Parts: sequence; C-alpha cells; structure tokens
Amino acid sequence: MSFLTVKNIRKSFGSTEVLRGIDFTLEKGEVVSIIGSSGSGKTTLLRCLNFLEIADVGEISVDGTVIFEAIGTNALSDNDLREKRARFGLVFQSFNLFPQYTAFENLTLAPKLKLEEKARQEKLTAAEKKAALGEITVRAERLLEQVGLLEKRDFYPCQLSGGQQQRVAIARALMLSPDILCFDEPTSALDPELTGEVLRVIRSLKDSERTMIIVTHEMEFARNVSDKVIFMADGVIEEAGTPEEVFGNPKSEKTKAFLSVTK
Amino acid sequence: MALFFEVTLSLLKGFGTTCSIFGLTLVLALPLGLLISFGTMSKFLPVKAVFKTFVWIIRGVPLMLQLFVVFYVPGFVFGVPIASRFVATVIAFVINYACYFSEIYRAGIEAIPVGQTEAGEVLGMTKWQIFRKVIFMQVVKRIIPPMGNEIITLVKDTALARVIAVTEIIWRAEQFTSRALIWPLFYTAVFYLAFVGALTLLFGRAEKKLAYYKV
Repeated sequence: MSFLTVKNIRKSFGSTEVLRGIDFTLEKGEVVSIIGSSGSGKTTLLRCLNFLEIADVGEISVDGTVIFEAIGTNALSDNDLREKRARFGLVFQSFNLFPQYTAFENLTLAPKLKLEEKARQEKLTAAEKKAALGEITVRAERLLEQVGLLEKRDFYPCQLSGGQQQRVAIARALMLSPDILCFDEPTSALDPELTGEVLRVIRSLKDSERTMIIVTHEMEFARNVSDKVIFMADGVIEEAGTPEEVFGNPKSEKTKAFLSVTK
Repeated sequence: MALFFEVTLSLLKGFGTTCSIFGLTLVLALPLGLLISFGTMSKFLPVKAVFKTFVWIIRGVPLMLQLFVVFYVPGFVFGVPIASRFVATVIAFVINYACYFSEIYRAGIEAIPVGQTEAGEVLGMTKWQIFRKVIFMQVVKRIIPPMGNEIITLVKDTALARVIAVTEIIWRAEQFTSRALIWPLFYTAVFYLAFVGALTLLFGRAEKKLAYYKV
C-alpha cells in the first residue's frame, strides 16, 4: 500500500477537460517532480490534491485511508474540506503571505486559531493553553531558523525579498506538519538570482524525509532532488519514472520534444 | 456682541443635533453596509438580486425623498406615526449610507487577490476566520480613502434633515432670517469646515497608521 494513491482524477472547467485521468502513487519520504508545459494540468492537479478545486472523478488515499472519492455532486462542507486539507500543505507560486502580519505572525496565525478552537472544544485550562502557545512560538522560531530567516522574524512581507517571502511561505506551510507538502512552481515568480536560496531550502527538506510533490520548471533541480519525475501533457501523465529514466532516456516523443526545448 | 453670542449658542445647539445624526448614522451604517455588501456578493442568485435591487432603489432616489417617505409613510399608510423627526432622519440616513458603504466594501473585498483566501484555506482556516483575520484588515486599508470621502459627504448631507424640520444647524440659522439676519446662515460654514477638517486629519492619521504593510 502506497502512502499516497491518486486514482483516475478528472477535472473539467466548463467544456474544457483539464485533467483526463491521473493515476500515480507515492511512498513516504519520496519526492516527485511534475514537469510539463503550461496548460498541461500540473497546477490543477496540485489544486485538486489541496481541495482548492474538487475533482469531478477519482479517488485520493493517504496512508491507507480514502480521503476523497468523487460522488456525483461533491457538495463538501467547509469542515469536511478543512479536515481533508490538513493532510496536504501547499506553497504557492506567488507566496500569498498575509501582508499585514510579520513573518512570525504569518507562521503562527493558523496554528493559534486552531488552538483557540481546541481550547473551546476541550475546555483547556489557561495553563494548558499557555503551554500550547509556547510550543507554537518555539516551533515557528525553529522553522524560521531552518529556512534561514530567524533574524527577519518581525519583518513584514513587503520588507522581504521575493526569495525570503517564499522561504517564509515554506515555513508557514510546515507549521501544520502536513503529510504531503506540495509546491506550485515555487520559483517561477522569482528573479533568477533568488531561485537558488528557495531551491536550497526545498532540498534541505528532502533530507528530513518529507513527502513532497513539486511542480517545477527547474529541470536541473527536478533531476537532482526527485526520486520520481512525472511528465504531464494535455491532462494526462505522458511519462513517469526515475529522473534517470525520464531525463536520460525519455520514451515518449512528447517528453523528448519538451526536454529538448527546455534544455 | 450679545447677538453674536445668541446666534453662536443657537447654532451650537443645532450643531449638536447635526453631530448626533452624523454619529448615529456612522455607527449603524458601517456594519449594516458590510452586511448588505455580503448580500450583493452572494452566490445564491435570488439573494443577490434582492440586495442589488435594494441598493439600486436607495442609490437611485434622492435622499430628501427618502426622508419624506420614512417620516410620512408609517403614519399615513399604516397608521403608526414614526416616533420623532429625529428618529425618521436617522433611519433614512442609515439605510441610505449603508447602501453607499456596501459598494465601497464590495469594491474593497473584491480587490483582495483570491490567493489570500486560498492561502488561508490550505492552512485549514474556516471561511469566517479567513475573513476576520486575513481579508478584513486588508479591506480596511484599501477603503479608507473612498470611505473618508463618503463620510465627509455625510457631514454635509445632514443638512437635508431640515426638510422635515429637524432642528439641525441650518434649520437654526434659517430661523434668524425672520429677523432679517442672513449672516448666521453663512456662519454655519465655520462649523462644517472645522468638523470636516478634524475628520480629514483623522483619516490621514489612519492611513499613516496602516502604512506599515502593503496590499
């Protein structure tokens, strides 16, 4: 049983079928890169995994539990969605940090809200709540240190460079310890000289055995960091395999054509 | 000199009424406007249609006419006269300004990138938490200039209340014309200018206070 199993995911917008049956599996601690030209459905796939879009057809299982099964209308409540989303984290192309909060507050906002809810439901004592808040602070500072930005703790997003903002966004996604962390073209909005620092951070996460799905245009990076590479074209997985297989010895003509223009 | 004091005292009393209309309208119309904006942005089409129509009517009819309607219709049509001229004025102003405010809120909310909501969603926040903790303060920052504009207009619109004989500052000044005194009417400008001047400073400070982040 694989850690993540994605079966026959389909998604249409109006009459355009963006995903036409996506199947793949992922083991715990594995890193998969998804490559392919724009419009191939990479981002939509990530958004379906994070339930920002609801797939029309398909099934998603994590750690042996089916967390999503498309059934006709898919009327999922806010609470259902929140529960499902907790399995996944997402780092956006455009960072989407909250501008009115400091780096530190961006990390702690969601965990603090979650703690408040828990405190209400389980009637935590003031001391228990304080201890939990302390843990959130410690964790946030540790993650900021891990992405090399502890000294920017109290800076607002507008005072940070794009690369720094993206590193804060990565730390923010890690705050809730998702089972699977997704990256949607994490360096595409950055100046070329800033991509290195972000890619280094992502690579450092691999060392800590985290399951990751990375949609990227950085071919060199995909080749070095991934255990598995998926090449998508026109809403289907055209080719998948180890980086050596896909980059070194592509079988599909479409893959060959894509790789020859991106080199 | 005695006359000047008499006029000033009378105008100050009227200005008190002016400020009461202004304050009550602001306090009630600001939250009501937010609710109306939710209605006009509703994904449920009948609700959206009802609110859009309501906003169209209120913005499409002179406030002066709305004052007459609120003041006369309950008594003449339903046989329950409205409690007072002042209450009628506040009701008409609150409804009218809430509709204008709702459009400012709507523009502010719709200008926030959808990525902000999505970031909150993937972090497991509820819709309400996202609005309250992420979206709202960004909206506030964006709408301070247009809100300031509208609120300054409200200061001067209060003068319309004199059409149903509410004793606000212009009404008071007009009483002196029967004694062949026209200058009290012009003198009211001093009160308006002072008030609007103070509001302008206040909005400037609010903008500065929120300048630490960019949206």
